[in-house]
Amino acid sequence: MAVIKKKKDKGLPAVNTSALPDIVFMLLFFFMVATVMREVDLKVSVNKPQATEIQKLERKSLVTYIYAGSPRVKYQDKFGRSPRIQLNDAFATIDDVQAFVIQEREAKSEEDRPMMTMSIKADKSVKMGLITDIKLQLRKAQALKINYSSLQPKNVEALYSSEN
Amino acid sequence: MARNKRAIPEINAGSMADIAFLLLIFYLVTTTMDTDKGINRKLPPWDEELVEDPPPIKERNIFTVLVNSNDQLLVEDEYLEISQLREKAMEFIDNNGDGSCTYCKGYKVSSSSDNPDKAVISLQNDRGTSYGMYVKVQNELVAAYEDLREKYAEEEYGKSYRGMDAEEDKDVIKEIKSAYPQKISEAEPLNIGG
Repeated sequence: MAVIKKKKDKGLPAVNTSALPDIVFMLLFFFMVATVMREVDLKVSVNKPQATEIQKLERKSLVTYIYAGSPRVKYQDKFGRSPRIQLNDAFATIDDVQAFVIQEREAKSEEDRPMMTMSIKADKSVKMGLITDIKLQLRKAQALKINYSSLQPKNVEALYSSEN
Repeated sequence: MARNKRAIPEINAGSMADIAFLLLIFYLVTTTMDTDKGINRKLPPWDEELVEDPPPIKERNIFTVLVNSNDQLLVEDEYLEISQLREKAMEFIDNNGDGSCTYCKGYKVSSSSDNPDKAVISLQNDRGTSYGMYVKVQNELVAAYEDLREKYAEEEYGKSYRGMDAEEDKDVIKEIKSAYPQKISEAEPLNIGG
């Protein structure tokens, strides 16, 4: 007797996942192109000021960062709350700035040195006293190209309101 | 004959997605998206000996902006809101008191600047001024120059200054910049309300 056997378990057919790697690779390439490596572990909280006349920093390799702001919560019991400077991955004092700039300049290639830009990433609540001290140290170290890191405001009116 | 046509075994690509995911997650964790933008400025070089006598500048050619430790503005001995600063600065730069500037639209007030080339903005802040306020003031002053250049570019070249390409319109940009040279001088900060 020829009995047509019915398949017993008629489960769902397996979803074809052969295109999954392609999709993931696409995402991967997007992120590789659109993002940059995280430079440092921020130890100070930086809430950047807002400005409209901002320019993009073109070549990352020419830029050196100086961070200023009050230490983040987990460092506060050790370093207090008053604004501090962060260079690379560590807290620093104002006297370290000049040596840091010189050291950074030495690390760059000869032709890049005159184009070196110092990007000051400071919290908007930091007092100008600290910023002025940094600027004086930069002048002494002959690092004259600076950039006040700021954000493009979402709407221009917010720029003139008293909270910011 | 048929024996030679041995089928090449298919490579198992099932774990390809896992590998790609791993890489993807690595990139998500170690990179950031934020691009760096900011106001470009140039610091004056440091001199051990102070310059003995700075070149004399007429009082009318100086536009003084003072910011105190409470983030209040005093512009030309007058209390001002930050939103009015740009307008005031533009009036000052574009004043054209001696009439030598052919493209200026200023009011030719005798107490304000001679021409854009001579006009200097002097900015002084307190050590207690907040950085946020300082950047805002800088932004407004730079914006005043940029707005004037924009107007000039529209009239002379019929196109937007801000939209110009840095490489293509190199000479044009240079010309516009020299029409309204940016002269912002920063004095040593005061220390009153530290």
